[in-house]
Amino acid sequence: MPIEDFQPVIGLEVHAQLLTGSKLFCSCATTFGAPPNHHVCPVCLGMPGVLPVLNARVVEFAVRTGLALRCEVRRTSVWARKNYFYPDMPKGYQITQYDQPICEHGVLTIDTPGGERDVRIRRIHMEEDAGKSVHDAHAGASLVDLNRAGVPLLEIVSEPDIRSSEEAAEYLKALRDVVVYLGVNDGNLEEGSFRCDANVSVMPRGSATLGTRVELKNLNSFRFVRLAIDYEIARQVEVLESGGKVQQETRLWDAQRSETRAMRGKEEAHDYRYFPEPDLPPLHLEDALLDRVATSLPELPRPRFRRFVSQYGLPEDTAHVLTGERALADYFEAVALHVKDPKRLANWLQGELLRLLKEENALLSALRFTPAQLGELLGMVEAGTLSASAAKDVFAEMFRTGRAPRDVVAEKGLAQESDVGAVEAVVDQVLAACPKEVAQYQAGKKQVLGFLVGQVMRAMKGKGNPALVNQVLKSRLGE
Amino acid sequence: MKLTLEQVRHVAHLARLALTPEEEVRAASKLSAILDAVDTLRELDTTDVPPTSHAVLVEALLREDVVKPGLPPEVALANAPAKADTSFVVPKVIE
Amino acid sequence: MSLTDLTLQELSTKLAAREVSAVEATRACLDRIRAVDGQVHAFLRVDEQGALAAAAASDSRRGAGGALSQLEGVPLALKDNLLTEGLETTCASRILGGFIPPYDATVVRLLKDAGAVLLGKTNQDEFAMGSSNETSAFGPCHNPYALDRAPGGSSGGSAAAVAAREAFGALGTDTGGSIRQPAALCNVVGLKPTYGRVSRFGVIAFASSLDQVGPLGRTVADVAALLQFIARHDAQDATSVPATVPDYSAELEAGVAGMRLGLPREYFAGGMDPEVEQAVRDAARAYEQMGATLVEVSLPHTRYALAAYYLIAPAEASSNLARYDGVRYGLRAKGVRGLEELYSRTREEGFGPEVKRRIMLGTYALSAGYYDAYYLKAQKVRTLIRRDFEQALAGVDALLTPTSPVPAFRLGEKVDDPLAMYLMDVFTLPCNLAGLPGLSLPGGFTRAGLPVGLQLLGRPFDEARLLRVARAFEREHPFHARAPQL
Repeated sequence: MPIEDFQPVIGLEVHAQLLTGSKLFCSCATTFGAPPNHHVCPVCLGMPGVLPVLNARVVEFAVRTGLALRCEVRRTSVWARKNYFYPDMPKGYQITQYDQPICEHGVLTIDTPGGERDVRIRRIHMEEDAGKSVHDAHAGASLVDLNRAGVPLLEIVSEPDIRSSEEAAEYLKALRDVVVYLGVNDGNLEEGSFRCDANVSVMPRGSATLGTRVELKNLNSFRFVRLAIDYEIARQVEVLESGGKVQQETRLWDAQRSETRAMRGKEEAHDYRYFPEPDLPPLHLEDALLDRVATSLPELPRPRFRRFVSQYGLPEDTAHVLTGERALADYFEAVALHVKDPKRLANWLQGELLRLLKEENALLSALRFTPAQLGELLGMVEAGTLSASAAKDVFAEMFRTGRAPRDVVAEKGLAQESDVGAVEAVVDQVLAACPKEVAQYQAGKKQVLGFLVGQVMRAMKGKGNPALVNQVLKSRLGE
Repeated sequence: MKLTLEQVRHVAHLARLALTPEEEVRAASKLSAILDAVDTLRELDTTDVPPTSHAVLVEALLREDVVKPGLPPEVALANAPAKADTSFVVPKVIE
Repeated sequence: MSLTDLTLQELSTKLAAREVSAVEATRACLDRIRAVDGQVHAFLRVDEQGALAAAAASDSRRGAGGALSQLEGVPLALKDNLLTEGLETTCASRILGGFIPPYDATVVRLLKDAGAVLLGKTNQDEFAMGSSNETSAFGPCHNPYALDRAPGGSSGGSAAAVAAREAFGALGTDTGGSIRQPAALCNVVGLKPTYGRVSRFGVIAFASSLDQVGPLGRTVADVAALLQFIARHDAQDATSVPATVPDYSAELEAGVAGMRLGLPREYFAGGMDPEVEQAVRDAARAYEQMGATLVEVSLPHTRYALAAYYLIAPAEASSNLARYDGVRYGLRAKGVRGLEELYSRTREEGFGPEVKRRIMLGTYALSAGYYDAYYLKAQKVRTLIRRDFEQALAGVDALLTPTSPVPAFRLGEKVDDPLAMYLMDVFTLPCNLAGLPGLSLPGGFTRAGLPVGLQLLGRPFDEARLLRVARAFEREHPFHARAPQL
């Protein structure tokens, strides 16, 4: 059978590091990048006698994410211990949630070539991150750093509803947009604060029996997610086609060789011996908390995208760019209150603003001017009192200094003459001074108009509104 | 319930205990005796009984998300059998 | 009469009256330890310098005047599973040899804050797993009333230190009877508070859902005084209960007239030493004479408690003890090849046979394919046992039972027979499964001169009533006054 006759079945597990100040069960900082073991205490070192105390913000973030993904939120969820030995897991167990996670049965809508599709979310649970082992610094030894041990994670598990590597990437992008919008995660795949594992299997199309699934790890970019899944689908089909059986195993994506390979060592069947964490009582959620989180939930990227298209009349790709980042979308709407033409605003943000932010490596939150001031600038362009190119210069100045646009325009003398009477006066002077050209124009040599416009603009020292100058000239010339 | 030596070795591996051969034999017999004794629980029908995992059901008090200083690294590593700078040192995994 | 023969309360009074200084009291204890602990081995570590410094500091606080706590300047002993900042804490295990904690357990801090003098760390069964103190990696403790016999366990050192007049009181921990059983065997008073009454933060975990810290003292009033300072809600322990703390001494002398005491039928069903049974029946009659009504009650699932306990406690222990891996503290095996060998050899060398046995048992009970049949089943039975107590205690003020089925047994007699040893906890561990408070008090002596303990079990957070019931008996029958001959 050719590969097209096989149906890939994919489920994704995402670990999203939560943007809290302190760790899940102790008050150590979650800050990235400190020297080894500088953000540790007896609790996250797994010292004898220590006990976990739950960070309230983690619960709120989990509920927020669950509600945004249309999950059922459990009123009582239970902590569990997952037992295994590894140097970066200092207690010898991970505190996580097992059979009673905080959220279940959600949905995330993604775009596919065939239109929108819902991917079901199986569960979301809270758990602590492990530390970090560095294997290559010392001969025969590994170095253990527990700064990351105990940092709060959300594990978000999809149902195996995904059918291609493209859908997998779409799902991940949509999920990342949501958690970043919610302010619970920074969405950084490369630094590992948004990590993805994929469960991949294939079955003959039309079959009702799922194939053996393989877990793929180390997928730290959207591109790798696509490449690794495609590689794995092809590999599994090849195994089946040559009469073999797919082994249930964990495989790592090797980005250098562009292939997946089985994790080395004997793949012992894990026996994590989950049991309810006796040090933490079951977590009860009160209606008040759920209500508070529900009412404070922001508009999510997808509905906002649709609204930007319908309410502001934006093209879809523009709406995508603007709603891709919550701060940018918020900014757009803040300025939109002050302008007549939201499309012009959208183009400005997409063009000028994003370009300058990128050039200056600056953040939207650190802009020196107010949305109202940007609105005022665009208002001048709309009114014709400022040319588009001059407006760009003014904008650059505002970006650097935060000065009000009218001050910049006044100081640089950039204002455009849009007073009809003033323009008419100059036009009449120029026409009186150029009888030859007027005659040529009226004889049908229309290109003379350019010359006349130039004369008017020169007389106005370049500050005439070009559209208005054109319009007045033509009407004086009898058109 | 009799534990076989193979089961004893599996459990010892899960628990990361390098039992000596004599210890394995002794563990098989003593653990089997204990498991026989606890098998009395089978007499009870517990179909509709919920499990108790916490002795006293208390409402969990949550902690505010406030950062507090942890241990200075020299204190965090003071008891370490092996360290390099401020890292713990362990032998590598041998395949 | 020597200074060390005073009770905690008597010493406290003399300290307050400045008839004796904290340094004098501490020196008296240190002298007594030097004199007798070679035979008893109640202490694993005596912190002579620290104790004397704390005593001197206490005396200068006393000199400065002002309100001071009842524990101010009182020398006490701590079980070695309570973390003490800067003072080696081993849990009587080789695997924690040389471990210097960077922080104090909450109970230790509370005692320090109250001005108490901490003499050192007492012997115990390794990781509190045992009923005789013989599983200690550093040699057993001996019963002060019969040196060839066990002091009970696991808090054997704390009970023996108090009995041998080496300390005025001590803290122990109780997971299945580890305070009450040694208290019974050593003729002292020991209280296991309600689960959640006392913080477990900084207490080396054995079985987290069962462990509880509690006081041991020579009298009921001494135990009440100690409980007063450690019963606190602790924000660092999520299982700690924010219930109000009553004045445990207020009603101590109020007697038992009009109270109803339950005698659980199943606890008298055989297997008990006849002299122990006689002592409990005598005590019951004594209570009747003091005006209490005796009621026979039933705890029908009692015979399943031992099995449930010996699945739940080892299961939790197998997980709690996974952190002893030779990476961050404690023992690391030498000459290992690779990470896996580091783990398995360190743990093989560091843990004693009973600890390894329980880790194996617990690992097995949680492992794939056995969880439902063992661990989950045990948790369900735990529910039945809790319900038994709820029903029985609904109609009575407290339950009266023996603490231990036998008086102190010979060292070496049971140590190689785990099942026989586990039976030592048969009357004490149901209370841990139910999370209830339990108290053991001196109930007399056998003809051979071995102490017998009476156990009182109460409703959750009803420690004050247990203390009152115990005190009523103690006032009429001051068995505690009979000191061991050392």
